[in-house]
Amino acid sequence: MQNLLKNERLFNILVPVISAILGMLAGAIIMVLGNYDPVAGFEALFSGMFGTPKAIGETIRAASPLILSGLAVGFAFKTGLFNIGVEGQLLVGWLASVWVGYAFELPAVLHVTLSILAAAVAGGLWGMIPGYLKAKFKVHEVIVTIMLNYVALYVTADLIKRYLYAGNEKSYRIHESASLSSPFLSQITEGSRLHWGIMIALIAAVIMWFILEKTATGYELKSVGYNQHASMYAGMNVSKNVILSMTISGAFAGMAGAMEGLGTFQNMTVLSSFTGTGFDGIAVALLGANNAFGIILSSLLFGGLNTAAPQMNFDANVPSELIKIIIALIIFFVASGYIIRVIAARFSKEGK
Amino acid sequence: MQEYVIEMNNIRKEFPGIVANDNITLQVKKGEIHALLGENGAGKSTLMNVLFGLYQPEKGEIKVKGKEVKITDPNVANRLGIGMVHQHFMLVHNFTVTENIILGSEPTKGGKINIEDAAKKVSELSQRYGLSVDPHAKIEDISVGMQQRVEILKTLYRGAEILIFDEPTAVLTPQEIKELIQIMEKLVQEGKSIILITHKLKEIMEVCDRCTVIRKGKGIGTVNVSETNPDELAALMVGREVHFKVEKQQATPKDVVLEIDQLVVHDARDIPSVNGLDLNVRAGEILGIAGVDGNGQTELIEGITGLRKVKSGSIKINGKDVTNLPARKITETGLGHIPQDRHKHGLVLDYSIGANMVLQTYYQKPFSKSGILNYGKIYEKARKLIEEYDVRTPSEFTPARALSGGNQQKAIIAREVDRSPDLLIAAQPTRGLDVGAIEFIHSKLIEERDNGKAVLLISFELEEVMNVSDRIAVIYEGRIVDIVDPKETSEQELGLLMAGGKREREGVL
Repeated sequence: MQNLLKNERLFNILVPVISAILGMLAGAIIMVLGNYDPVAGFEALFSGMFGTPKAIGETIRAASPLILSGLAVGFAFKTGLFNIGVEGQLLVGWLASVWVGYAFELPAVLHVTLSILAAAVAGGLWGMIPGYLKAKFKVHEVIVTIMLNYVALYVTADLIKRYLYAGNEKSYRIHESASLSSPFLSQITEGSRLHWGIMIALIAAVIMWFILEKTATGYELKSVGYNQHASMYAGMNVSKNVILSMTISGAFAGMAGAMEGLGTFQNMTVLSSFTGTGFDGIAVALLGANNAFGIILSSLLFGGLNTAAPQMNFDANVPSELIKIIIALIIFFVASGYIIRVIAARFSKEGK
Repeated sequence: MQEYVIEMNNIRKEFPGIVANDNITLQVKKGEIHALLGENGAGKSTLMNVLFGLYQPEKGEIKVKGKEVKITDPNVANRLGIGMVHQHFMLVHNFTVTENIILGSEPTKGGKINIEDAAKKVSELSQRYGLSVDPHAKIEDISVGMQQRVEILKTLYRGAEILIFDEPTAVLTPQEIKELIQIMEKLVQEGKSIILITHKLKEIMEVCDRCTVIRKGKGIGTVNVSETNPDELAALMVGREVHFKVEKQQATPKDVVLEIDQLVVHDARDIPSVNGLDLNVRAGEILGIAGVDGNGQTELIEGITGLRKVKSGSIKINGKDVTNLPARKITETGLGHIPQDRHKHGLVLDYSIGANMVLQTYYQKPFSKSGILNYGKIYEKARKLIEEYDVRTPSEFTPARALSGGNQQKAIIAREVDRSPDLLIAAQPTRGLDVGAIEFIHSKLIEERDNGKAVLLISFELEEVMNVSDRIAVIYEGRIVDIVDPKETSEQELGLLMAGGKREREGVL
C-alpha cells in the first residue's frame, strides 16, 4: 500500500513531464511533415525561450500573469469548482488596476500595493457572482462564468472609452508610482520587459498553497469540494465555502490582470477579443496538476513557448502557429494521462 | 455427468503489496447454492472478479463444466454461462426493464431494435422463475427488490447457468429477502447453480448446500451446511470464537437527554415524512427504532442533526432547544452521529484517515489555532484513535477511500464516540459489516450507554434492534406507534407493528 502511494505521487509528477516531452516530439514530427527543419526549429525555439538574458526575462515576464491565472483555475478546481471565468476576472482586474494607477497620486510602494489590491478585489467580486448564483440557486458555475467573460470584455471596453480614453484604442497610462516595471530588472536581462510582477505571482503561489494546505479554511474548502454531503454533516456551511472559493479564485485572476496593467503595458487596450491568458490558465493548471509549484513550472514552459514563437518563425522559418499546436498536444497528453498511467503500470510490472 | 460446474483450483491473485487470494480453491456442484463466506476484505470479491474475468489470476486454473478455460473478460464469462448479480445495481434508471436487459446485446430487425420480442422473452423468463417483473416498467418506478430481480433477469436473458450473487440481501427489506430466497430456490430447481457471496450466517444456514470459507485471502475450507452451525462458521470466518448474543447489564436510565415533541419533517418531495412524532431518550439507555425503510427514519435523523429543516414541533438536547439550529451548533451541544451512509456523509474519502478524524473539530483547539491547522496534533489524535479502535490502516496518512468498509466504519465510530457526546445517534451502524466488526460496534454502543450517554439506534435489522436496545420504539408512517421491551417481544410482534398493526395487550379482556 505504501508502495502504491509512492507510485501515485511519482505518477503525478511523471505524467506532466512525459506529456511535455511527447508534445514537443509530436511538434517535431509535424515540422518534418511540413518540410521544416525540426533541428533548426527547436534550436530557435529554445534559444528564444532561454538562450539570452533577454529571452529569459521575456519568458519570466510572460509567465507572471499565466501563473496567477493558473492559480485561479487550480484553486477553484481543488475546491471542486470549475472557473472558466478567469479571462473575465482578469479583464476587470486589469481595468481596476489601471484605473487606480491613473486616478490617484500616492507614494510609490503604497500606490502599487493599492492598485494590485484593487485588481484583486475587482476580480474577486467578479468571481463572487457565479459563486453566489451557484450557492443560492444551484446555477452551474461554468455557464455563468462563460457568460460573464463576455460581459467583462464589453463592459471594460465601454468603461475605457467613456472614462479613461487616451485615443488610439488605449486607456490613459498609469502613474510611475503605480508601475511594476523596473529599469533594474530590465537592465540585468539586457532590455527585456521583465517587471516585479513575478514576485507578486510567486507570493500568490505561496498564498494558495498556504490557504489550501495549512489553514482551517482550506480544510473546509477542500472538504466541500470533495464531498458536500459529508461537509454538511460535519457542520460546514457549503454555500459560504462555494462563494469564498470563487472569490479567492477571482482575486488571483484579477491580479493576473494587474500584471498586464501595471507591468507589461502600463495601460489597458480597448479589447475586441479575449487576451487568452485566462483560458491558458486552464492549460497551465492542468499541466501543473493544480499544484502551486507545478503551476509555476508549467507557466514558465508555456510563457517561454509563447514568447519564443516569433523567433522560431524568424530564424527557422517555422510558422509560429506551431507553438499553439505543441501546447494543444501537451494538454492532450496530460488529459490522456490515464493512458500513460496504464502503460507505465504495465512496464513497471514487467520490469519486476 | 461431471461433478462440478465450476472449479477454481489454487487461485492466487496479487496486488502491489498484498496477496488478495492465496491458494484458494472453490468447487461448485451443479444445482447447488454454494456460499462464499468471509470477512470484509477477505478476498471474496477478488475471487469472484477473477471468475468473472475482471482480474487475471497469477496462478491456478479455472474449469467450467470440467473444461479448463481462460476467462479474459466478462464477455468470455457470459459466453461460458457465468452471470453476476452485482451488489450495486448496474441499471439505467430512465430505461424500462426490457431496455435495461437487452442493453449491450440489442436484438435488431432491419436495423431497428426489436423491443417487443425482447419484452416477450423477458416476460417468459420472469414467469418461469417466479420473478413477476413487468417488462415495461421504468427502473426508477420500481422498488429496490424489483431492481435486483431485473439484474437476475439480465443474467438469465444472456443464458447464464451459474449465477453469482454479490451480497444480495444487503439492500433488501426482510420481506424482500424472503422472496429472494424463494427465487434462488426456484433457480436451483430449474438446474441453475448459484454462488452466494455473503457474510450473513443466517442466510447461509437457510438456503445454502455447501459453504467455502476464506479468511485474510486464504482458503480455509469447504463445509456441508447441514453438518455445521452458525457458531462454527463464524469461528472459521473470523478465526476465533464470536459472541452473537450481546452481553450487557440491565440499563439504568437517568435524565431525559433527547426530547422530541410533535415533530414534523418533510422529505425531498415536500411530503410530511415525519408526522407528529414524540420520543424521549434517557441517559444510560439505548433506544432502538424499528421500522420498515421509508417510514421517516432518515428524515427523523436529519431533523435531529440539523441536516434538514424541521417544519414544526421541537427537539431538545439536555433541555436545550436545538430545533432548526445549524448542524454545527447541534454538534457542539453534544451530539454524535454515526451516519447511515458512511461514504456519502461519514467520510471525505479523498482525505486521509487522519484528516477525517477531525471532521467536526478541525477548527477547535488544539487542532487549529487562529485559523492555522496543527497537523502534528491532528495526526497525533488520529494515531491514538486508530490504535484505540483498532482501525486497520497502513498509516494515518492513507486516504479513507483505501480502507475496507469495516475499518471506515470503525474510524467514524472512533471519531463520534471520542467526542463523548451526550447523545449518540447510530444509524445502521453495522450495515454491510462482518460479524467481527458488528460485535465490536455493538460493544462500543453498550459501553457508551454504560458511561451514561443516551444512544439512539436506528436499524432495519430486527435482530440488531432486539439484541442491542433497552427499549424499542416502532416507527410507522412517521410516528412512533408503540414502545416495547425487547425482552417481552418477538420478531413476529415487531413485524406486525412495523406493518402498521396493533399490539394485543396481554391481560386485557
